[in-house]
Amino acid sequence: MEVDSVFVTDHSGRISSNPLLDQLPSYQSLLYRRKSSTVGSKQRGSSRARVGSSGSGKWGINTFVRLTVKQKSQTEKRHIRELAKPMAEKRKHKKQCAEDAQKLSSWQQWRQSTRKYLRRMRDESEEWLNSLKLWRGDIHLIEGMFGTGILSYFSFLRFLVTLNFFIFLLMFGFVMLPIIIAPHASGNITFSQNESYCSVYKSDSRRGLVNYHKYITDLLSGEGFLEQTYLFYGFYNVDKIHFSHITYNLALAYLLVTIGYLFLSLIWIVKRSAAGFKHNLIQDEDCFQSFCNKIFAGWDFCITSENAAKLKKKTLLYELKTDLEDEKIKQKIAERTHKEKCRLYFIRLILNLFVIGVLAACFYCIYLATIFSQKAQMTDQKVNFIVDLIYEYLPSIVITFANFITPVLFSFIINFEDYSPAFEIRFTLLRCVFMRLTSIVVLLFSVWSRITKCKDGPCICGYNHDVYPCWETHVGQEMYKLTIFDFIVIVSVTIFVEFPRKLLLRYSSSALAKWMSQQEFSIPQNVLEIVYGQTICWIGTFYCPLLPAICTLKYFFIFYIKKVSLIKNCRPATRPFRASSSNFFFLGVLLIGLTLACVPVIASIAQINCSQACGPFVNYNTSWGVVPATVYQLPEGVKKLLLALSSEAFAVSCFVLTCLAMFYVIALAGAHKRVINELRHQLEMEGRDRRFLIQKLCQAQKHSGVRSPQSKFQPRRSSSRSSPSYHTSFATNFSDAVFLAHAAPSSSTQV
Amino acid sequence: MGTTASQLSKESLSEYQELTFLTKQEILLAHKRFTELLEKHEKDQIDARVSMGKIITLPELKSNPFKERICQVFSTSEQKDGSLTFEDFLDLLSAFSDSATLEIKSHYAFRIFDFDDDGTLDCADLEKLVNCLTGETNDAKLSSTEMKQLISNILEESDIDKDGTVNLSEFQHVISRSPDFVSSFKIVL
Repeated sequence: MEVDSVFVTDHSGRISSNPLLDQLPSYQSLLYRRKSSTVGSKQRGSSRARVGSSGSGKWGINTFVRLTVKQKSQTEKRHIRELAKPMAEKRKHKKQCAEDAQKLSSWQQWRQSTRKYLRRMRDESEEWLNSLKLWRGDIHLIEGMFGTGILSYFSFLRFLVTLNFFIFLLMFGFVMLPIIIAPHASGNITFSQNESYCSVYKSDSRRGLVNYHKYITDLLSGEGFLEQTYLFYGFYNVDKIHFSHITYNLALAYLLVTIGYLFLSLIWIVKRSAAGFKHNLIQDEDCFQSFCNKIFAGWDFCITSENAAKLKKKTLLYELKTDLEDEKIKQKIAERTHKEKCRLYFIRLILNLFVIGVLAACFYCIYLATIFSQKAQMTDQKVNFIVDLIYEYLPSIVITFANFITPVLFSFIINFEDYSPAFEIRFTLLRCVFMRLTSIVVLLFSVWSRITKCKDGPCICGYNHDVYPCWETHVGQEMYKLTIFDFIVIVSVTIFVEFPRKLLLRYSSSALAKWMSQQEFSIPQNVLEIVYGQTICWIGTFYCPLLPAICTLKYFFIFYIKKVSLIKNCRPATRPFRASSSNFFFLGVLLIGLTLACVPVIASIAQINCSQACGPFVNYNTSWGVVPATVYQLPEGVKKLLLALSSEAFAVSCFVLTCLAMFYVIALAGAHKRVINELRHQLEMEGRDRRFLIQKLCQAQKHSGVRSPQSKFQPRRSSSRSSPSYHTSFATNFSDAVFLAHAAPSSSTQV
Repeated sequence: MGTTASQLSKESLSEYQELTFLTKQEILLAHKRFTELLEKHEKDQIDARVSMGKIITLPELKSNPFKERICQVFSTSEQKDGSLTFEDFLDLLSAFSDSATLEIKSHYAFRIFDFDDDGTLDCADLEKLVNCLTGETNDAKLSSTEMKQLISNILEESDIDKDGTVNLSEFQHVISRSPDFVSSFKIVL
């Protein structure tokens, strides 16, 4: 291949070539377009000499001068460290810049120095923020042992810990702190009172001698001594706190903090996934599956362990082979006959109906379990400590069981539906996500159906005040129970399933042991687990303000449990989960969870009457009622503005404007895509033209009898860093290559 | 004999901070790890070189299939033997650090993948690259038909001017659309 190359290095490492080629505008611009190219100063010198020696250099020199000036101004604007040069050359460049800076006016000097100072400040603040990150050492270790795919799961966990911690800070700062400091800051608390038959609230706290296991039951179910604490909504009976100068409307604060934490989560997730979305939505090619991404970005340079490297090579090989197979499968799909297609669609329809049937059955089971559990809790007949606990946790148990068997079922069914492998994985995941997140909604729906249904006709207070005098606390307790049970399940599965499996594998070589071979750390299932927990947290924070703190601790411990489990028990999955697509997948599922969490919260705030016996909203019909009440007390101008913003006219016009903007942007994107395709086509044509012309030229020169010293051809050495010029190579296409090492000047003018 | 921070003067420290993407802690840690590789008599020399054989014993590079190429690319030695001075080592860490720009990373990635140093990635380079990634043993390699198919797929995706090779700008263009590159092209001590 070297033999065909038109560009030859002589022993000094400088490229001497056909002077004609040097004068091609594209070659010149290729040299200098590389702003970070190491070709830089050395090449400049040599090409200057070359241009000078060739006769028709006048035009060449002009362009060259123009281009050098342009390049200088471009490189100055960029920071020195962004140049891809060795340290010595960067130092030289820095000295050069400093000398040039002396020549500038004092205004520009000041501007440059402020820019440098600001940049240094920004670097230092980023450094400081990075040092605050949790678990850097652990994550570095995991990265070295397993690569970036699994690392993304752990950095996702870290993100959730931080998010929950900030939600807790919000709640604490705006809702709990004023209540706590009120007695110390001489605040006068007005409690929300309402004297009506709806506000009868029998306190459930134990009196007298209690069995020890009552405390454990209370701890696990949130009743008893936990019910009248900061943990639950019912404790916050405060309406307003009157400090010396201001009145703090706690009811309003409670509601606004709820909306605030939902917004905070939304903005943080979107910001974090911005890069991933950009790649996924703008390019319509499937860039996660593209070969270039797998080959050029395939190796995780952070891997330090030998085993991980071997495993990574195996996974890459497997992935490449599967993708090459995919192409054959795509061909097969395209060649399906009509009869086969009909049969396939029929099978798919049946299987999808079956899946829907299974989902409906699971949801119905959850509904029944919840109703049963609610009824069992309301009766005063306590059978047995353990049985009581089981009745309390029945919905959680049913949900966990359903979430355990449905993924297995779905991955079994998908084999018959004959999709492409990549689509199979995604579709199964989608079904699992739907199953997990909808089970929470079904549970809430069943609880609400009990709350809003009264024995005889419509409810007087808007809710069932006999059975649920304080229904928000009750919902909070359900969410609390779900969280606790989720944590218990994760810990027990690790301790009671994975460790024994590992021991079984190590100490027995029976066929059974081999069949239950080393379990794989399945990233999608683990991620679904923690997204499920996070969705519960988002729904439950309104009813149980301390839930974010509990979730922070829960994820904190899960990090260590999963880390130990990974290192000791499992190995990473054979089918790799790429870091980028995993980031997109995690945050996408999290967003779905957030959207799903918003629905119950908004429904209960706006629709269902708040309980009259507890909580800060006793004086209002619904929880939302505090906002209009406050707005009406504001000064006239602000009131009019806020009312206008919430009117239908404003909403409709906003919607129309958004639609217009969207259509415009879509049209623009389509136009850009067409231009890009045109330019690609043109580039290809230009390249072909150039190769054709060069070939013809070389032939013409050969035939016109120019004696070209068959050069002392030096095979291209891996010489100093400056010698490879990153030009378009004509390498492979020339059958009759001519080496014009030091062409005589006369030949170069023969154009 | 332990290395102390005073062996690296304050001026050189701040100069290195300005010329690389590394933070102060990272430069000091790099200095410590580099001097551990030096012989006793070399520890006081300013421009001491560490041979390639020693550099690739570092745990961060030990399992990397591109370790020799990395040393070759960052080496400024006249003999082209892949030996690195401390400044070369800092350049290496800077290009692989978290805060390095995509352009720097893709530039050096291109040079690392260019096994024959001719300025373009042609079929031989790509074949060597794939073999490095999948392993050198016979059962770990792709068959020759699979390799041909793979290379033609890669060229189809990245070769814009259809000349059969990938040059630097085409490579940088493909990398800019690759979402995994920045997170995988990273070495942290």
